[in-house]
Amino acid sequence: MIVAERKPMAEIIEMVKDCSRVLVLACRGCVTVCSAGGEREAAALASLIRLGMKKQGKTIQVIEGSLVRQCDKEYIDAIDAWDGQYDAIVSTACGVGVNFIANLRKKTVVYPALNTTFFGGSTEQGIWTEQCAGCGNCVLHLTGGLCPVARCAKSLMNGPCGGSVGGRCEINKNTECIWQSIHDRLGSFGRGSQMEAIAPIRDWSTAGHGGPRKTVRDDLTIS
Amino acid sequence: MSFEPKITLFSCHYASQQSCAEKGKELQQLGFPATITLVRVPCTGKIQVTTLLQAFEDGADGVYVVGCPVDGCHNVKGSVRAAKRVAAVKKALEELDVESGRIEMFHLPRGLHPEFVAAGVAMDKKIRTLGPSPFQS
Repeated sequence: MIVAERKPMAEIIEMVKDCSRVLVLACRGCVTVCSAGGEREAAALASLIRLGMKKQGKTIQVIEGSLVRQCDKEYIDAIDAWDGQYDAIVSTACGVGVNFIANLRKKTVVYPALNTTFFGGSTEQGIWTEQCAGCGNCVLHLTGGLCPVARCAKSLMNGPCGGSVGGRCEINKNTECIWQSIHDRLGSFGRGSQMEAIAPIRDWSTAGHGGPRKTVRDDLTIS
Repeated sequence: MSFEPKITLFSCHYASQQSCAEKGKELQQLGFPATITLVRVPCTGKIQVTTLLQAFEDGADGVYVVGCPVDGCHNVKGSVRAAKRVAAVKKALEELDVESGRIEMFHLPRGLHPEFVAAGVAMDKKIRTLGPSPFQS
């Protein structure tokens, strides 16, 4: 899922300081699962916006809403239901949701309530870790299912580096050396010799270095 | 002009049994501050962040939660969950540049005991020192 976390309240209050009515719009997709921008978090944010504005001696009307997702046109269209009731939307979706609202609603002012952080999963309750970098050229079949692009601090393709000590990364001792884990895992399958293959210089154009990416499925498009 | 604080207490059914003694009169007799409004809940683990924030929105100058001891919660982890939510509100108050001491968590044993009154007296004293809530425009 896409993992995110709420922005500092001072930043959010600064965004809405000139508004008298805002719609705090939750997303029931990924950010609900990572407890950053679902209905519960949006309700808390709405309360904090009211309190923050009150502290500045201002009043603000905050209404709450939610969409199934904020990354599909069909759901964004449902924002029509709140037309005329807000000066700006404070979206608790990931950056994709905020962009979609901005793309599709030319006259709507939209602000992000979250910092979108990474593609990850919950390794234990309340803890999420990055697992995928969305690089567009997956090598997991060569690395025992563990991603060196996202999980090696240097995104090395031929690891481990000389800074790997005791299975930990030299950048941060709390981080596992994913190349050590790849080595151990491939070895457990009797495929340790895969580590000896030299990965070629990587083409990063699929990773966004060639500009914004786009996927077109001709079998699904209508026009 | 003297300041009479409004304090909201959320307490679990077990830790606040004292509030029922003597037809609810015992707490007053023991000096429990009249500034405190007690909201009894089945378990503090059920209290959401929004519930605590709403108390401030409703005009509380201070809020505190009384739940079971950490290692003796009737519902195993309820009071630990409550403590984490209180901590989350403390952090949010700091983000709004408001004293985090306006909200506190207490873990107290069940039944009739002086600590329940003492916690109330301590909160009353602290909120009087902090003054009126900055959320009251």
